[in-house]
Amino acid sequence: MAKKESTLGNMLFALFVITFCASLALSMVYSLTKAPIAAAMMARTNNAIMEVIPDFDNVPSEEAYQVSIGGGDTLIFYPGRKDGELVGTAIESFTRNGFSGLIKVMVGVMPDGTIHDVMTISHAETPGLGDKIEKRKSDWTTDWFSGRDPRDFNLAIRQDGGEVDAITASTITSRAFSEAVMRAWDAYMNYKESN
Amino acid sequence: MNQLNNFTKGFIRENPVFILFLGLCPALGVTTTAINGIGMGFATTFVLIMSNIVISLIKNFIPANVRIPSFIVVIASFVTIVELTMAAFMPSLFDSLGLFIPLIVVNCLVLGRAEAFASKNNLITAVIDGLSMGLGFTLALGLLGGVRELFGDGSILGWKFIQGDGMLIFILSPGAFLALGYLIMLSNKVKK
Repeated sequence: MAKKESTLGNMLFALFVITFCASLALSMVYSLTKAPIAAAMMARTNNAIMEVIPDFDNVPSEEAYQVSIGGGDTLIFYPGRKDGELVGTAIESFTRNGFSGLIKVMVGVMPDGTIHDVMTISHAETPGLGDKIEKRKSDWTTDWFSGRDPRDFNLAIRQDGGEVDAITASTITSRAFSEAVMRAWDAYMNYKESN
Repeated sequence: MNQLNNFTKGFIRENPVFILFLGLCPALGVTTTAINGIGMGFATTFVLIMSNIVISLIKNFIPANVRIPSFIVVIASFVTIVELTMAAFMPSLFDSLGLFIPLIVVNCLVLGRAEAFASKNNLITAVIDGLSMGLGFTLALGLLGGVRELFGDGSILGWKFIQGDGMLIFILSPGAFLALGYLIMLSNKVKK
């Protein structure tokens, strides 16, 4: 252990030097990683858009618009077009009712109102249980949400009177996921009606 | 203490998880799969080595009364560097570990080695100690994750060999304690 005597002066000085060096190092790393982190986020969003709507030839993120859904919340709509024709809209939706809080999903809605596909963007659900809402972990989202039309298939889970089988031992996660999907779909239908 | 001895102590004899019981919070929290455990282990190893280096170098300039705050600032800086770097260049690993990376700051293993070892030893010894403890921690987390993944999900390193669910209790928290208990028993057996 350092035998150094502690005086007010040298304690202040030591802490000042250490925190100064630490902030310097951190600001450097931050400026170096800022662009790659933004790019990684962007890539994640674009990837999700490509997953959930059919082939498009525009850049949906450049035509994105925000739709207010009440309660101070907004959803981001990414329209996908091919030859100028709308082929589907990817909607970034969310729910705060996951087993561990926020779940973000991308929902692809076709112009006629059917759900083309859905994909989880981020979540903090229990690994091994609730994380089956990720496509790479399980086919649950594909089995129950892809190609469904909420007007003739109730996308709530069975426990809530719907038609979707919840993930084993992850009822809360399943309920939250279907809520996030329905939030996007409702927003899309409202938006379509009012325009 | 000779350096070879110093290097090998972290694996069995003074394994941070099985023998010293340090850093149990991340050890139980992230080890639902072997890959998560190993990723967390390497991130911790990096922080351990870097903080041991810096603390060993500055040990003679730190007044005794402010050593703990100084160590924590050093450790927290390296953890933030790991977090930012991982988010930038390994987004998929960051997705599964992101939540736990900030917890490395309060991992008593890192502060414990800084206080008990790096602040009393020279640079080389401190680096080897960090490497040894870090790899021992990685080994422990990998084993724990492997056991839980094997029984809980029926897969090894993501390769699934049974269909359907395994024994779900191993994925949930009680399974972490159970598996850890048996691994501690085994490592005590090996140690003797």
